[in-house]
Amino acid sequence: MNKARLVVIGNGMAGMRTVEELLKLAPDRYEITVIGREPYGNYNRIMLSPVLAGEKQFDDIVLHTPEWYKRHGIELVSGQTVVDIHRSRREVLTDGGLVFPYDRLLLATGSVPFIIPVPGHDHPSVVSFRDIQDVERMLSVTEHKRRVAVIGGGLLGLEAANGLLKRGVEVTVIHDVNCLMNRQLDSEAAHLLEQDLAARGMKFRLGAQTKQIVARDGEHLSHIEFKDGCLLETDLVIMAVGIRPNVALAKQAGLQVDKAILVNDTLQTFDPKIYAVGECVQHRGSLFGLVAPLYEQARVCATHLAEIGVSRYVQKATATTLKVSGVNLFSAGDFSGKDAEVIVLRDIAAGVYKRLFLKENKLVGAVLFGDTQDGSWYFDLIGRQANVAGLRDELLFGKREMADAC
Amino acid sequence: MLADAVVKTTCAYCGVGCGIAATVTDAAARVVDIKGDITHPANFGRLCSKGSSLGETVSLEGRQLVPEINGQPVAWATATTKIASEFKRIRDQHGPDAIAFYVSGQLLTEDYYVANKLMKGFIGSANIDTNSRLCMSSAVAGYKRAFGADSVPASYEDFAHAELMVLVGSNTAWCHPIIFQRIKAIKAEKPNLKVVVIDPRETATHEIADLHLPIKSGGDVLLFNALLAELAERGAVDTLFTAAHCTGLEAAVASAKADRGDRATLAARLGIPADRLHTFFDWFTATERTLTMYSMGVNQSSAGTDKANAIINCHLATGRIGKPGAAPFSLTGQPNAMGGREAGGLANMLAAHMDLENPAHRERVQRFWGAPSIPQQPGLKAVDLFDAVHEGKVKAVWIMATNPVVSLPNADRVRAALEKCELVIVSDCIADTDTMRLAHIKLPALGWGEKDGTVTNSERRISRQRGLLPPPGEARPDWWALAAVAKAMGYAEAFAYDHPAQIFREHAALSAFENNAESGIRDFNIGLLAQLDNREYNALKPVQWPVTPDAPLGTERLFTDNRFYTPDGKARLVPLAYRAPVNALSADYPLVLNTGRIRDQWHTMTRSGLTPRLLQHIGEPFAEMHPDEAKNRGLTEGGLVRLSSRWGKAVARVQFSTGQQPGHVFMPMHWTGVLSRSGRVGAVVNPAVDPVSGQPENKHTPVAAERYPAAWHGYLLSRAPLALPAVDYAVAIRLDNGWRYELANDHVPDDWTGWATAWLQQPEGEVLEYQDVTRGIHRYAWIADSVLAALAFFGPEAELPPRAWLQSLLGKPVDALSRRALLSGKPADPEADVGRIICACFGVGEKTITRAIGQQNLKNVAEIGKCLKAGTNCGSCQPELKKLIPCEAIPA
Repeated sequence: MNKARLVVIGNGMAGMRTVEELLKLAPDRYEITVIGREPYGNYNRIMLSPVLAGEKQFDDIVLHTPEWYKRHGIELVSGQTVVDIHRSRREVLTDGGLVFPYDRLLLATGSVPFIIPVPGHDHPSVVSFRDIQDVERMLSVTEHKRRVAVIGGGLLGLEAANGLLKRGVEVTVIHDVNCLMNRQLDSEAAHLLEQDLAARGMKFRLGAQTKQIVARDGEHLSHIEFKDGCLLETDLVIMAVGIRPNVALAKQAGLQVDKAILVNDTLQTFDPKIYAVGECVQHRGSLFGLVAPLYEQARVCATHLAEIGVSRYVQKATATTLKVSGVNLFSAGDFSGKDAEVIVLRDIAAGVYKRLFLKENKLVGAVLFGDTQDGSWYFDLIGRQANVAGLRDELLFGKREMADAC
Repeated sequence: MLADAVVKTTCAYCGVGCGIAATVTDAAARVVDIKGDITHPANFGRLCSKGSSLGETVSLEGRQLVPEINGQPVAWATATTKIASEFKRIRDQHGPDAIAFYVSGQLLTEDYYVANKLMKGFIGSANIDTNSRLCMSSAVAGYKRAFGADSVPASYEDFAHAELMVLVGSNTAWCHPIIFQRIKAIKAEKPNLKVVVIDPRETATHEIADLHLPIKSGGDVLLFNALLAELAERGAVDTLFTAAHCTGLEAAVASAKADRGDRATLAARLGIPADRLHTFFDWFTATERTLTMYSMGVNQSSAGTDKANAIINCHLATGRIGKPGAAPFSLTGQPNAMGGREAGGLANMLAAHMDLENPAHRERVQRFWGAPSIPQQPGLKAVDLFDAVHEGKVKAVWIMATNPVVSLPNADRVRAALEKCELVIVSDCIADTDTMRLAHIKLPALGWGEKDGTVTNSERRISRQRGLLPPPGEARPDWWALAAVAKAMGYAEAFAYDHPAQIFREHAALSAFENNAESGIRDFNIGLLAQLDNREYNALKPVQWPVTPDAPLGTERLFTDNRFYTPDGKARLVPLAYRAPVNALSADYPLVLNTGRIRDQWHTMTRSGLTPRLLQHIGEPFAEMHPDEAKNRGLTEGGLVRLSSRWGKAVARVQFSTGQQPGHVFMPMHWTGVLSRSGRVGAVVNPAVDPVSGQPENKHTPVAAERYPAAWHGYLLSRAPLALPAVDYAVAIRLDNGWRYELANDHVPDDWTGWATAWLQQPEGEVLEYQDVTRGIHRYAWIADSVLAALAFFGPEAELPPRAWLQSLLGKPVDALSRRALLSGKPADPEADVGRIICACFGVGEKTITRAIGQQNLKNVAEIGKCLKAGTNCGSCQPELKKLIPCEAIPA
């Protein structure tokens, strides 16, 4: 009896998580082929910054080794890129000329780093922070270059900057607004974070917009010039200003694409044979960049691929932590403060700041700096939309206190 | 004095007059170890929570140590010369009655004697009155009317002989704790002893009551008239005794019967259930050995003297006087109220129990003193005295060792009077009191522990109060300051004192002076003590007057010979009729305000307020009300109530108690303007006085009670003392390690952080803050050098996180666990929270006790004591300990 054929495009975290979930539910349903551009097995991309910082080795972050694929009878096609999907024939074609027929196709093409198209952006010393090759490039460059500019004061940019700082490099973070991580933090936490990182030696140019990256020659950079005319000498520029969903292939295949590939609550694309998960999808208007929703999508998608699917993907609040060792930072939910009641605890000298946001007796958002041990509790309360009226006075002092009170 | 010698002295507080064995363990650091004197007949070694804490009150913190004129330090000679010249000028211009002294039951007899001598003998006015006027002047007047002299007939020894004890208007358990313990111990050994408690309130004293008569406020005369009528009708009158030794029986019984009126409605008129009333009548009728003890509930009334005589009438009618265990026994409030009476320290007395109105007495005392003149008219009594200041009739007033701006009724008017008085002189050991704030001349007095002289307790027992520590700074005895002024006025010869023994000898000699059959026998006679030399005076052992050649070791009981001090030698029954309190309730002021003491505080807290553990039991001024009454008025327990009368207002914390009758409010007398913004109950109290004794009616003021509309409540802990902030409710509470401020106000500050910071005067160090703005919750902690320096919690509700744990952290290093939990107000370790302090002596908290009861299965108060020591010192917390034991109520 011939098994149905599942082809997975993208050997990343979302795609492979889906495969894993699927194997748990229906290990024998599909013959599975995974096609990945990177010449490796699947690794934990969110752990790249500890590798950069020298706190972890690459081997530590590998999720699935080539042996794993073999053991599960999965065909891994690495180092090849899919160039076309023939939907009517249900085939995909790689740049290596290989053709893979499918009964079900899973798109997990992820995203590509966004590079601001300023003059000089295409210089070889301008790199992104997306994969292990980027990390290797940074490390090779910083062996003899001492000054690095990181454009982008978001999660990724700060993690990169911290990693390089740990490698003994002089790092300046450039951010176009005055608050670091402005999508994850309120201004007060952002300010604390800035102070904390500054104390570790990180330098900042906040509210600075890059006009151009000026090269000394084809190999070496000279400086960055800002729109206000200021200059910053640098040997390496890391662009970490965000990602763009990787949708070229889907578009080309005629799938419905807005900012990303449109999927329904079962992670199905416009073509019922084709599913999509991860950073390349757009679900009910939202895009995804954090790992938690990706895993949830994988779980839901796998149930449908296993044809036992009744579950639907429901977006939940997301939580952010910054992987800079010694910096405890957590944010979750809606902390815009709009129409919300706010509870704040500040112990600035101890480096602690916590702000909770409530609406109608429910916790809707949390920003924690310095003391994040209750982050998961808040995240759970936000997720469950639990009524916290009775806990309100205790909330900021942690779950342990609550246990006593019960 | 040897560094570690034991000094026997007496307690500074109530009229029980307990003996203390004090040891100065470090004179330089003023460390004094306090123990009860096991040889003293008043207490045999026991001390209450206040007495045990006296060692904590001898520090120099807050002391007035130099004389001051208008805020400038001056030499004593400058101050006394100035006072003398002002007195002379005022006397020349306005006459002697333009000068007044207002003194205190806290003075020693020697101070009293010199003050009285200066005013009545040499300044030439009788305008010297004392805070004892607020305390027992009705008892004095009652005794004088009945016995012809201010003679307390009984002794504490009579407790052991009594078979019925009637406590009238006396929360003995809290106000005379050692007497209470003594009675309790006797009761435990003597099952046939019955105790009746007559009090509108149900207080801690009810622990030993066999019968409680919850009498309507002010109804005592009616009750004892009804008892007298009943005794007469039941044939219980000792006709042999009354015929031989009393006058006025028939008239008194006739008035009593008329007053009682309809027997059927009597119980209802008194507010006492009929069966209880008749039990009381039965017991009183049947029990020869009846001791009736009374204090402020009787005395502080516009019918106080009548109440005293109504009680005495019943004792005279039944011949229950001068016999073991049978007497009408007034319990005095202050340590030396009795000494003041002996020295003549009241405006209507002369000296040594002689009368101002009696020309022979005046002539005798004038001759004895070599005084230029003695006034013929009584002087102004306390309330009238400050009214006269207010009216400008009194131009100069010298206040000693008392705080009338707090303690007198209509206290705001007293403040206004002093504010406009030409010359206010205040002698006190404490620099900042409500009254000191109004002084033009401040004189540094000695505190307890430095004073040297004698005091007399409730049972006529004279005891030495001895100095433990040398006088600090320029502080001097009050008698010394008085004598210095007298000398500067030109009376050097009559005031040539340089040792208290000289004064005592003179006082003793006066008591015996022409005290004989020929000139008339006076009850107060300590003539034998006039022979004491200084060494013998120093060694004087406690002794009960009279002390005469016939009774060289003193006199335990008076009237054993059935002779009284009236001209005919007979006691007088006084015909009486019930009078309602002067100010009746009305629609606007529908509640009865009753005032009184609490267990652990003394008067205006200038001393007991120095002792943190005495503030742990009750730290704030409170208004106790029946829950139904309070709820009907929209009040909640722990919330704030505004009490208002026609005379003034106060704000206090609401406490529910089913021991209060609906329609009543009780508020303690202790809180001052120094320690609270609006806890001075004296401002609310009506100025009605008894027509005979002049004692104010502190137990009955018509008031209204409404919820105080607090926009926020809060408390602040600080290591350093702060000025009270300008909010409606603020109370300062001393802690071991700093101060707590309880706060509330009716509007919210615009900027909490700014307000708190400004009040704390730029707190240094790190700040922690917690805000729940929507709910108006703001909390702050300040940590300096990793130690908790200050903390402030504000919120919309009266209920705030518990204080005990946070207070324990003040001034201590804050570990990470506590720091994280700090602004929650809840300890990281639940065991760290001891709860509200129940046992003030050992600082044992409610939560510690309940935990121990649960974990160690403690079954009774004794077991708690064994385990935690709680209740084993003064024992006054035992009723509360009892309540914490879950199965205590169920008999085994």
